[in-house]
Amino acid sequence: MFSLNNLSFSYNKRKGDLFHDLSLELNAGNVYGLLGKNGAGKSTLINLMTGLLTPKSGEVTLDEVNVRDRLPKTISDIFLVPEEFELPRLNLSQYVSINAPFYPNFSMDDMQRYLDIFEMGGDMKVKLNEISMGQKKKVLLAFAFATNTRVLIMDEPTNGLDIPGKSQFRKLVTTSMTDDKMMLISTHQVRDISEILDHVTIIEQSKILLNASIADVTSRLAFRPMREGDQPLYVQPSVMGSLVVVSAQPDEETNVDLEMLFNVTLQNPDAINKLFNASK
Amino acid sequence: MNFKDNKAIYLQIADRIGDRILSGGLAPEGKVPSVRELAAEIEVNANTVARTYEYLQQSGVIYTKRGLGYFVSPDANEKIVAMRRKQLMQGEMDYFFGQLKAVGISPDELQELYKEYLHR
Repeated sequence: MFSLNNLSFSYNKRKGDLFHDLSLELNAGNVYGLLGKNGAGKSTLINLMTGLLTPKSGEVTLDEVNVRDRLPKTISDIFLVPEEFELPRLNLSQYVSINAPFYPNFSMDDMQRYLDIFEMGGDMKVKLNEISMGQKKKVLLAFAFATNTRVLIMDEPTNGLDIPGKSQFRKLVTTSMTDDKMMLISTHQVRDISEILDHVTIIEQSKILLNASIADVTSRLAFRPMREGDQPLYVQPSVMGSLVVVSAQPDEETNVDLEMLFNVTLQNPDAINKLFNASK
Repeated sequence: MNFKDNKAIYLQIADRIGDRILSGGLAPEGKVPSVRELAAEIEVNANTVARTYEYLQQSGVIYTKRGLGYFVSPDANEKIVAMRRKQLMQGEMDYFFGQLKAVGISPDELQELYKEYLHR
């Protein structure tokens, strides 16, 4: 559905390529988590995906159409929630009436429902430049989900949300997700989203170190307290003793800890690569 | 992370549905919430819930009526109890016996302790 084909990109010719020959396939019906340290290239990748940056070579396509062509049918089917943004000096109702027409599948009922989930419902006359950053984020997220675009890309969506906001955000994702949509969430707040992901993509220094479904991770890796005789790929001290990531035994299915998955992948990329490329 | 019960999420959800059935919250032949309903309720990915339902269906706890969704099997209770006995024997019991051995509790002592427990 959504493909990155042999992408190369550089901001500065002398410094060389930031991305080199990078390919990734994103499928409808999945929620992807894009994880990477600061400066790993997540935001650049998102900007390339949404047609905001032009690759040096290669292309990003939605249904085989290059997103960089910015055809109406493409950009009306992609919504990006950036990490930082400003809302105009308008009230909510004006904002919706100006922006919704760009998205043919926008639903006002959905918008109301999502605002209610965020406890922001009721007042469509609220002035968008007079509310807090967290409330702005809730408004933009509610609008983003209500556009019902098939591609929804969010950069740090839970940043700035209050404590109930994190759970409300998960509710939005799980309520609005359908088989024909693809969502991608780039974040450092892995605890906020670990249970809503289908798929994890980890990048470091502009390379994809891991790209696997949660089901695949569950079948290949186990996350648990250390036992005698373990040959851990990663050890993390904790109040409960050492927690480890080990190669999973047949029938051993543990809950995936995204933080530990991230750490083991960065610390031990070759072992992870070998494990995930072996047939199962 | 809750490591005591660090099963894959889809199995944890299966346990919770099992609890609902055993407690009577979901009756035999009753309709199970749809994948999307349950996913939204517990804020978990729908594919994970779908995997739970597939697992419960294979275990005979629920069954599907074409176009109508999932329903609780008439003999779901027995199926769940059988599954839990098996899990207990393979998982917790193994750990428990290890602890007993480590602190030197004999089989006779254990029998006494268990009898006392049942009389509580």
